[in-house]
Amino acid sequence: MIEDPYLGKYVTCVSARSTDKEILKKAQDGGIATALMVYALEQGIIDGAIVAGKGDLPWKPRPFVAMSREDILKAQRAKYNISPQISWLKEATRSFGLDKVGITGVCCQMQAVRKAQLYPINMRDVPGKVAFAVGLFCMVNFPYDSIQALVEDHANQSLSSVKKMEFGKGKFFVHTERGNVATVPLKETHKYEQPGCHVCLDYVSNLADISTGSVGSPGGWSTVFIRTKVGNEIWSKAVAEGLFETKPIEEVKPGLGIVKKLAKEKIDKNRKTLEERRNFGVNKALRDPYA
Amino acid sequence: MELLKKVEATKEAKPVANKIKLGHVHLSGCTGCLVSVADNYQGFLKILDDYADLVYCLTLADVRHIPEMDVALVEGSVCIQDRESVEDIKETRKKSRIVVALGSCASYGNITRFCRGGQHNHPQHESYLPIGDLIDVDVYIPGCPPSPELIRNVAIMAYLLLEGNEEQKDLAGRYLKPLMDLAKRGTTGCFCDLMDDVINQGLCIGCGICAASCPVRAITHEFGKPQGDLNLCIKCGSCYGACPRSFFNPDVISEFESINEIIAGALKEGEKDD
Repeated sequence: MIEDPYLGKYVTCVSARSTDKEILKKAQDGGIATALMVYALEQGIIDGAIVAGKGDLPWKPRPFVAMSREDILKAQRAKYNISPQISWLKEATRSFGLDKVGITGVCCQMQAVRKAQLYPINMRDVPGKVAFAVGLFCMVNFPYDSIQALVEDHANQSLSSVKKMEFGKGKFFVHTERGNVATVPLKETHKYEQPGCHVCLDYVSNLADISTGSVGSPGGWSTVFIRTKVGNEIWSKAVAEGLFETKPIEEVKPGLGIVKKLAKEKIDKNRKTLEERRNFGVNKALRDPYA
Repeated sequence: MELLKKVEATKEAKPVANKIKLGHVHLSGCTGCLVSVADNYQGFLKILDDYADLVYCLTLADVRHIPEMDVALVEGSVCIQDRESVEDIKETRKKSRIVVALGSCASYGNITRFCRGGQHNHPQHESYLPIGDLIDVDVYIPGCPPSPELIRNVAIMAYLLLEGNEEQKDLAGRYLKPLMDLAKRGTTGCFCDLMDDVINQGLCIGCGICAASCPVRAITHEFGKPQGDLNLCIKCGSCYGACPRSFFNPDVISEFESINEIIAGALKEGEKDD
């Protein structure tokens, strides 16, 4: 077990991509989260998965309990705006009757799940029924209206024409169905961020069973951290069955260094925000959620 | 003969000397919390076998007067027009090392906050207060009803705190601290706490767990943030307790895998003797 102050605890870290052509075609990067959930469902490790599905507006996610491969595939690609995923956590065990719940989400959602497992406040039957949690790397999240402003006002694209959104190389990329790529400088996106994200001390979903994201791996590949016994078992089996191509993280560019750098940037910045909250007004502090 | 010997052997093998004394004090509540305690099934029997003696419990133990206890689980709120209830809660405090408010009625008043009297026999019984308004409370277990798993975790951690080795005491103390802080925080709990202490503080991340924990489905999400229907809210305080931004002790929660193993281990230990 490796322990890093910024990357959390993990058993191993590799660079990987799915070998499933259909998943890869629509994947944000290496299709890891989708392929893992589909595998877990088909193996009976989970009975269904809570994912960020399609909402009533373009690119507005809606939490959704997926019970089939097709359902999970519908939730592919990062939406970069809020999906109250965990609101279905108890409901999935009740209305959907799931005994083994799979869940994908960003860092704070993993925090909510693990807190619900250790301190199950009004969460009857939840702690033992979370069977598999896949976390995503997350720098910051946006309200839906922010994404709308960024895509429609700043990038000058209609949200319904967007094929893929992506953050990287200091820019926000908007790819449209017709092949146009519009960009917005990262610094213009900052003011649209969700304020709650500015006290988050996790970049790579430290509390997930397996966490994944594009940073650190070449295009079309994902960096994968295997963190728990459950995660390790599922990952080893899936790799043995040929579901993923893998490369040692040490052999790919840009590698773990950039992940560590970004994690450090996020966490150090947010620690500073926590510090600033203490001196926000005149003799009046804002709450520290970790105190 | 064989059977008798086996029974004798089992009796001696059980560690009875260091069991803690556990009691359930029933005030104005619906007995849902007690059902939750019992809903730990074999886990509850294991706790009673190896870790705790149930020394007081109106429905499960034949004891009339509140005895000395290590841990008192108090269910329900106190009707202040009922002299006996007021005496009971005072006596519970006097005779217990740790008083736990079991469930939302004891912690926050919950649904009994809405009582207006008018019941048969006692129409004058109308004011129901959470126990924290009358005595000092050490630990809160919010929930309507509280989940069996949280009761189990607190029972095992309380055992470790009182009877464990140094390392276990340290872990149990760290685990119980947020629930002790909730007890210090106040005796009201409702969606407003989420509004005041999380949303208004710019801390909400829209994860949705408040909606999941709400027993009356009073919480929806609008513009990515929780929206509470205050006409539905029963003041159970669950949403605030469940929110990762109300309390989050990273040093304990990030150990979720090993703590779950410790708890599972504690509930299995007795089985090896059988």
